Amino acid sequence: MMSIERKPPLGKKVQLLATCLCDAFYDDAAIATVQVLEHLGITVEFPEAQTCCGQPAFNAGDWTASRRVVRHMVYAFRGELPVIVPSSSCAAMVFHGSLLAFEHEPDRPEVEQLARRTWELADFLVHGLGVKTWPGRFDGALAFHRSCHSRGTASGEAAAALMRSIAGVTLVEFGEGEQCCGFGGTFSVTFPNISEAMGRLKLEHLRAAQPRYLVGIDTSCLMHLGGLAEKEGRPLEYRHVAQVLRDALRNGGLLKP
Amino acid sequence: MKTQPIDQFATRLAAEKRQSVYQSTKLTHEKRTAMLAAQFADPDGLRRLAGEIKQHAIENLDTLLPLAEERLKAGGAQVHWAVDAEAACRHVLAIMQRRGATRMVKAKTMVSEEIELAHFLERQGIECLETDLGEFIVQIDHDHPSHIVRPIIHKNRREIATSFEKNGLGAYNDEPAVITRRARTFMRAKYLAADVGLTGANFLVAESGRIVVVTNEGNSRFSLAAPKCHIALVGIEKILPRDRDLAVLLNLLARSATAQQLSVYTEFIHGPRAPGQADGPEEMHVIFVDNGRTEVLAGECREILRCIRCGACMNVCPVYRQASGHAYRAVYPGPVGAVLSPLLAGERFLDLADLPKASSLCGACNEVCPVNIPIPDLLLRLRDQGKRAGAKSPGLPPMGPWALVASSPAVWQAALVGGRLLNVLPHRFIPVPAAQAWVSRRTLPSWRGGEFRRWWRAHQNRKAETGDRKAQA
Repeated sequence: MMSIERKPPLGKKVQLLATCLCDAFYDDAAIATVQVLEHLGITVEFPEAQTCCGQPAFNAGDWTASRRVVRHMVYAFRGELPVIVPSSSCAAMVFHGSLLAFEHEPDRPEVEQLARRTWELADFLVHGLGVKTWPGRFDGALAFHRSCHSRGTASGEAAAALMRSIAGVTLVEFGEGEQCCGFGGTFSVTFPNISEAMGRLKLEHLRAAQPRYLVGIDTSCLMHLGGLAEKEGRPLEYRHVAQVLRDALRNGGLLKP
Repeated sequence: MKTQPIDQFATRLAAEKRQSVYQSTKLTHEKRTAMLAAQFADPDGLRRLAGEIKQHAIENLDTLLPLAEERLKAGGAQVHWAVDAEAACRHVLAIMQRRGATRMVKAKTMVSEEIELAHFLERQGIECLETDLGEFIVQIDHDHPSHIVRPIIHKNRREIATSFEKNGLGAYNDEPAVITRRARTFMRAKYLAADVGLTGANFLVAESGRIVVVTNEGNSRFSLAAPKCHIALVGIEKILPRDRDLAVLLNLLARSATAQQLSVYTEFIHGPRAPGQADGPEEMHVIFVDNGRTEVLAGECREILRCIRCGACMNVCPVYRQASGHAYRAVYPGPVGAVLSPLLAGERFLDLADLPKASSLCGACNEVCPVNIPIPDLLLRLRDQGKRAGAKSPGLPPMGPWALVASSPAVWQAALVGGRLLNVLPHRFIPVPAAQAWVSRRTLPSWRGGEFRRWWRAHQNRKAETGDRKAQA
């Protein structure tokens, strides 16, 4: 999946790419991301001109539209700072997808410059900052869905290792963990029947594991699975990994509520 | 609500068929994964190596194919080149006519499906019997294979017993052993009477002119035992540079395809019967089939030509598992088919331009591919090509207006606030089909557009105040 080498972070300052889903629905996941980074002494910048990584149009095959958005984001995130994304999917769009879409474009070097400094949150914590264990406390069994766009990257194992290290956390295994939840961006609305069937299968496996929370590194998968479960009348509580890390700090008295 | 053709197909698929496809693919995938992990220290490294070998081969066809031709001829085989399906079929026909042959037994080969050889020969009055049990059942049912390794993955034994009865192969009996025995009895006579045996090739080694055919039923061996003439149909991408490359590829092929360490029969064919050999065909022909492959090689999806037709990508694919192979309307289904079938369709590309969309881009196919084909990237490239060629995309919201909003920060921020209408508007009134497709199956979380940005500004202010206080103190 990873097609380029990333620069190790320099200094203690980063830019946050909050993602469009956090911008529209999941503000607390973005807030938690800021709080987790600040707890580690990182100064976070939030470029206010940011919008979306460009993935919806990229996956839909409208690369002209996608490139327009990517160019905007390259401008919004100009500079040298590491860019931290609380989503493996949006991160992969920046460091992998956009490179495909710009293969024959004259401004590919600028896109690649952004790609080289973009990190998914858990990957950055563990491999960028060298965090090995997470303090505080979080009680309960967590079912961790490894988003498909983290395949071939270090994000899934990084997030799992951090959560496993929190006092009180048990990560529960569930069947067919490597299978997709069925979200897939526009796939969820252009193939709604297959998407739903995939989601129901995932929910079946998740429920059998009886977790307190479903946890993910992408709000997109969580929104799809949580939405399906709620529509069925059997809601499943879910959290973004940043929220788990932040809540562990709070529960351990390391962060003011 | 209009959805994509493959999605519609999946809704019409009988629950029983979906179950048999799902169970069978899941089981094979899990056995494959466990076996590779247990038997190799670094199965991923092996996949990457195999991918590099095949990539090297397809990028050097200009020298490897002439070398293969030379070595095949030196071994006594005759070599023919077929630019397209029709040319390939005509070569087969010409060889048969020259020998006055009218009966062919045929082992399983995907390229023969691709060029529709059996139908062509039947129209010419030639009997062409499929000897792979699955393909035989497809043939007597006038059906199509729905999986490249297991053509009848969509059928259960009751259906098979019924078609055996209908075709005069004995009274209804759905015991697999009985079905197999009846097919065997029927085929033995056909093998003995056949004039020509036709096989494909899993690999063709350039340096030795050696053809490798793997099967589990031994039918390819039978097809070459009695008939005096052997025809091998070989896609030009089947080339391997060296015999030793087989060590990597054969180790991966059977494990990836059927979770076997090695297929039951692995044949190395090196020309027709040599003087002094007891038996074997006295004449051997190799037909190299292009049929669109050169075009694929010249394009941006050439990695798909690495494919060794193991079917692991369809076994793991959640879309294939829900929709089955027939949903893809093409000889090659599943993830590999979603790339290969539209590419091989040539001028009919647009007819199959929806196939690359039948993926959540989950990447499981790439993860299991024994030659590490970056299938999701290729699906994406084809979506882009499809869009530029004017392919329709039912159910997809237009991305142009979205891109305008997402590249103007002021409009974006206004839209974040405006989206709050969603919290008061009953969702069934949202006049966007894509939104309806979402809310008919899932709830939508409450819209909180702009909340994070408000928090962010307040947070910055709080930090500034704390900073000021610290500075004053």
